[in-house]
Amino acid sequence: MLPELGHYALILALCLALLQGTIPLAGAQGGISNWMALARPLTWAQFMALLVSFAILTYAFISNDFSVAYTANHSNSLLPLIYRVSAVWGGHEGSLLLWAFLLAGWSLAVSLLSRRLPLIMVARVLGVMGLVSTGFLSFLIFTSGPFARLWPIPVDGRDLNPLLQDLGLVLHPPMLYMGYVGLSVAFAFAIAALLGGRLDATWARWSRPWTTVAWVFLTLGIALGSWWAYYELGWGGWWFWDPVENASFLPWLVSTALIHSLAVAEKRSAFKNWTVLLAIIAFSLSLLGTFLVRSGVLTSVHAFANDPKRGLFILMLLAVVVGVSLMIYAWRAPQVKSTGHFELVSRETMLLGNNVLLIVATASVLLGTLYPLIIDALGAGKISVGAPYFNAVFVPLMIPLVVLMGLGPLVRWKSDQAARLQQMIRGTLVISIGIGLLLPWLLFRSWEPMVIVGSIIAVWVALSALLDLRNRLRNASSFWSGLRKQSRSFYGMVLAHLGVAVTVVGITFSSYYSLEHDVRLAPGETFVMGEHDFLFEKLVHHEGPNYSSDLAVIQVQKQGKQVATLHTEKRLYTVTGMPMTEAGIDWGLTRDLYVALGEPLGDGSWAVRMYYKPYVRWIWLGALLMSFGGLLAAADRRYRLSRQSSSSVTANLQENGI
Amino acid sequence: MKYSLGVILLLFSLAVQASISAYEFNTPEQESRFNTLSQELRCLVCQNQNIADSNAGLAVDLRRQIHEMILAGKTDQEIIEFMTQRYGEFVLYRPPMRAGTLLLWIGPFALLILGGGIMAWFVRQRVGATQENPLSKAEQKHLADLLKDKK
Amino acid sequence: MKLRFILPLVVFTALIVLFAIGLNLNPREVPSPLIDKPAPSFDLPQVQQAELRLTRDALTQHPVSLLNVWASWCVACRQEHPFLMELARSKEVPIYGLNYKDERDDAVAWLQRFGDPYLVSGFDHDGRVGIDWGVYGVPETFIVDAQGTIRYKHIGPLSPQVWKEKLEPVVRQLQGGVR
Repeated sequence: MLPELGHYALILALCLALLQGTIPLAGAQGGISNWMALARPLTWAQFMALLVSFAILTYAFISNDFSVAYTANHSNSLLPLIYRVSAVWGGHEGSLLLWAFLLAGWSLAVSLLSRRLPLIMVARVLGVMGLVSTGFLSFLIFTSGPFARLWPIPVDGRDLNPLLQDLGLVLHPPMLYMGYVGLSVAFAFAIAALLGGRLDATWARWSRPWTTVAWVFLTLGIALGSWWAYYELGWGGWWFWDPVENASFLPWLVSTALIHSLAVAEKRSAFKNWTVLLAIIAFSLSLLGTFLVRSGVLTSVHAFANDPKRGLFILMLLAVVVGVSLMIYAWRAPQVKSTGHFELVSRETMLLGNNVLLIVATASVLLGTLYPLIIDALGAGKISVGAPYFNAVFVPLMIPLVVLMGLGPLVRWKSDQAARLQQMIRGTLVISIGIGLLLPWLLFRSWEPMVIVGSIIAVWVALSALLDLRNRLRNASSFWSGLRKQSRSFYGMVLAHLGVAVTVVGITFSSYYSLEHDVRLAPGETFVMGEHDFLFEKLVHHEGPNYSSDLAVIQVQKQGKQVATLHTEKRLYTVTGMPMTEAGIDWGLTRDLYVALGEPLGDGSWAVRMYYKPYVRWIWLGALLMSFGGLLAAADRRYRLSRQSSSSVTANLQENGI
Repeated sequence: MKYSLGVILLLFSLAVQASISAYEFNTPEQESRFNTLSQELRCLVCQNQNIADSNAGLAVDLRRQIHEMILAGKTDQEIIEFMTQRYGEFVLYRPPMRAGTLLLWIGPFALLILGGGIMAWFVRQRVGATQENPLSKAEQKHLADLLKDKK
Repeated sequence: MKLRFILPLVVFTALIVLFAIGLNLNPREVPSPLIDKPAPSFDLPQVQQAELRLTRDALTQHPVSLLNVWASWCVACRQEHPFLMELARSKEVPIYGLNYKDERDDAVAWLQRFGDPYLVSGFDHDGRVGIDWGVYGVPETFIVDAQGTIRYKHIGPLSPQVWKEKLEPVVRQLQGGVR
């Protein structure tokens, strides 16, 4: 009974989304305020319907209701509770329901947090989001219903893929989807602004915090995926340039360009057309990602099971949403004039540089990802484009970008002098080069060209941020009052840029100075790798909730002193019969020690893989810093807005003699 | 046809996890070459994995092949040719540079130049605009008066 | 209307066309680079009679022959087996087998249970010959001509329809030329 209710709730949500997507927009076009006022209640109602639907599906998993086909395919009664919940989004249908649910959630957030926005704008934004919801809910109901029933009811489910029985699955998809879906808000704001014919500072100011928060979720989602792959898959890698990974990275690159472009649009009233286009492109790439993962057009480890009917539906959805938006852009954008003027040496130019580099990087990654498809479609054979290509193309683009990251904040808006800048950064530049050169030698006794470059630019970003802070404190009465006067937006920027520097350090050092060995080891034997001794102490057999396992205990010593005890297992999951390795990791700020148990080699010894990975944690710590920075910056906008609004209200009242 | 292909490929392990073969080499340089080569070659029966990371039977066989060839003194180029002769260019994660892939390899660089060019044109437009509206003599005097008053 | 405002739409349309074409392609299927190249030579013990050998020369004794890669653990091979038996009975074209990464006992038992359509099967225990022939999935079928050149490779199980549409024309053409 309950699953049917869930299905009806979905259908109800579709109807509500359709209403939400049409009535307010029509009202905005025709100036009918009653219709526009329906936007908020309709958004609420759609959200409630989807909440019910999602809750019912989750309940089906928790209560082991295997009469629901989706549950039977992705769960099992032996599955621990937390994975039964996360299994809800472990397959195609459920993850789509999560998408739609989160989209309704973001719509609700917009409706709640937009009190001071003119009704016509709210109506348009929620209307556009309603249309997108309509598309997704149609896709769900017509091709991917999660509530289909199974008869006869299987005794037990087919179990969740062991790789997904992990904290990573609990966190990564929801975070990532929050990011993808959050970009629909920036998209909706852009379309609303185009429809209204007004791209002013208000639009940019309103868009900024939403876009930044969506960016934060994307950053966290991607970082979680990378971290999860690292400890789960046993190959010590954290990024494969797999098509689906790229599909998440492309919106991230574009939305990074977008938040910087929005800054210019808001402050200097320039780049407005370009910013709108970026907002459309960012969300389009989110949709493209959805298409790539579920259509089977590209081969990927992440791909859900493919069905040509589904692929066609999403393609049409993609074509309609993006096609119509670009048509609106082509129609309306020429009427928008950007009035801001600026000199060659100015922050505007720096940010323009930022945008150019990020967009070229995006286009390059997209080119590499789609090239095999292009070649195949032309009938010119089959090729593969993998990590060697992407690394060769992406890294050189990032180097000037990181340099700009340090320089940009130091340059004045509108007009600055090259001589003044040169004077200001000379010292910092020299020190950065010095420290950058020294670091690899101090830490690793080695000098690789790329390591030196990475080292220098990371230090440069950190030191130029300090320089920026020092400049700003120069006129302050005291150190602390100066610090307090700086906006959250400034600190957010500094934190985010530092985060990038930290990630660059992590990537540089771990890429060049990692050690890896696959060895044959029997209990009692020791292997020496670098400065560490790995002793295979003993092998223990034990039974888990839904698997049986061989566990190896490995003691690690450095210069005679005990450093870590690592546990690595080879598990065999009962229901699927799938084997899986759990790696043993001793993680540290300056290095990870990593062991993974392989196959028994017959004579009592085992194949064991061991890694020494210096500074690899910095990659994800940098991403965390970036996220905090983004949150801080987003918090600033709100604060200033409410302050300004209340002071403008006061001014208004005073003007009117109250 | 698509379905049957799926059936065949299901027979090979879809486990995405790393498979570990404890091969021995004569020098660390050989081991490092082995790691690099097996990361640059694609596993044909997997859903986008290199043969270093795959559990599949074919991947294990090909790693064994590479191991033997390295010990036999073959160069990296010879090993890559061995693989492409049998499996085609699909097996290379580093696409070869030829007429068909020119767009791929040159593309990003060309885009960068194009982007830079557009940026330069755009900036020139804006800069010209700033200088087109200098203050007239009267406006300059007015400005100077205002500033004097402020003091 | 200014070009730069329509450009995004134009680029996007091209992408949609690309994806529409892509939906009908199979990114997992890898064509063989050995087409119209000499078949790799090999020398294997036979499956049924281990003292005897099967070499590439056996294939070139005929105007055209088939080499079918199979294994007892391969489910799709069971699927195509009835058709192979029928093809062998019709004597249209000689069929040789390459038993890929199998255990001899299992292979022999399988042939006994389901029938042996092959003139001879070679026993490729460790898969090295398979690698030389670019085998990556089972079953696969190669068409080899009298000069020892590979003329066609089919990936996946054979069926009457596949035979009629894809392989038979090639076989007929090669046979016609020699007769």
